[in-house]
Amino acid sequence: MAALHGAGARAPSGGWRTATVVGVEHPVPGGVLLRLDVTDRIDHLPGQHYVVRLTAEDGYTAQRSYSAASAPDDPLVELFVERLEDGEVSGYLAEVVEPGDVLEVRGPIGGWFVWDGASPALLVGGGTGVVPLVAMLRTARATGRTDLLRVAVAARTRAGLPYAGELADAGALLALSREAHGIRPAGRLSADELLPLWEPGQTGYVCGSPAFAEALGTVLVERLAFAPSDVRIERFGPSG
Amino acid sequence: MAGPTRGFLGRRRERDPRLPPGQYDVGSDWPVLTAEPTPRIAPETWSITVDGRVERPTTWSWDEAHRLPPSEYRGAIHCVTTWSKFDTRFTGVSVDTFLEAARPTPEARFVVATSKTGYTTNLPLADVTGGKAWVVWEFDGRPLPVEHGGPVRLLVPHLYFWKSAKWVTRLTLLTRDQPGFWEENGYHERGDPWREQRYRGD
Repeated sequence: MAALHGAGARAPSGGWRTATVVGVEHPVPGGVLLRLDVTDRIDHLPGQHYVVRLTAEDGYTAQRSYSAASAPDDPLVELFVERLEDGEVSGYLAEVVEPGDVLEVRGPIGGWFVWDGASPALLVGGGTGVVPLVAMLRTARATGRTDLLRVAVAARTRAGLPYAGELADAGALLALSREAHGIRPAGRLSADELLPLWEPGQTGYVCGSPAFAEALGTVLVERLAFAPSDVRIERFGPSG
Repeated sequence: MAGPTRGFLGRRRERDPRLPPGQYDVGSDWPVLTAEPTPRIAPETWSITVDGRVERPTTWSWDEAHRLPPSEYRGAIHCVTTWSKFDTRFTGVSVDTFLEAARPTPEARFVVATSKTGYTTNLPLADVTGGKAWVVWEFDGRPLPVEHGGPVRLLVPHLYFWKSAKWVTRLTLLTRDQPGFWEENGYHERGDPWREQRYRGD
């Protein structure tokens, strides 16, 4: 078995920075979209993430990681945060943060779940797991290489799926398990639906909850015949 | 460090002294964070090899490894994604036992653990010797679940958990450090949770 390698040393990496909150939106119930102006920003690769660190008056800190949804050419960094039940950090970001607030952020981070902008890729996201895939799509749009990407996303309902409109406009397959979408009846994302999205030479990117990532990672390997080393998985932990 | 974040209170803080900085207690959960598809490995096809800078490169089958003296770890594990889990119990064999058989040469200073998937992680040899690291196949008295690295994973609980390679099949001793998968991809070389060595440069 050959060793796994990501972007490695080619992946940009930044230290702690100050970020000013420029925009706060609540595009879906239970989620907040933050647009951040990061000082001395290092451009990220699509798929990389940032850490947000909150500090209380007594010096107590809590930090969590969030994928960037923005493309590197966006003057702001866009994070989408799912508000988790009892989420210490996500609750604060979803309910307290206002434009003008200053946050500590660190990034970009990660060299594995990144798209190089030049290779064919199959992107599969579940729920909030679409966020890094949106960054890849936006990058492809900015560089005129949307032909390289095939996208399938899954959610319970369209109203609960972040970036649903943008994904649909980009031609993504929207697999909704609780409601029909166009001619597609309600149902989970299936291997048969993914097969037509397969192309030679693709790298598979799967992002979502642990259960989703496990299921779809297995589909790519066992049904679409991806080599396991050609599948990159990002599992969202319950890290409130 | 910057000043306080406006309006951030944080959780109640009866902070468990076993919790390293920036970590929280995940309770009975055990999150799964893996970068590659989960491999299915039948125990009878699994083996572990210790090679590189050793006098006797050696491979143990599942049965052979299980005949070695068992060893247990009880305590906490810490993931770089900020969760910690207390009161875990893992059973397997101490890495010391494998190394005693393979006999590291004097110039061996580092080890790279390799998984069935091709995942790698690097550690100073001193971090896997002296009763600090195990090759484990049981969690809380039951077979280690595949999503947590079963049938067999490395366990180095005093470092962030990405060092505890799932599905481990090889320990290669080296004279020089050689970054592994996450170490190549932005994470810290050593990963001591008490020093918050999360990312490169910490």
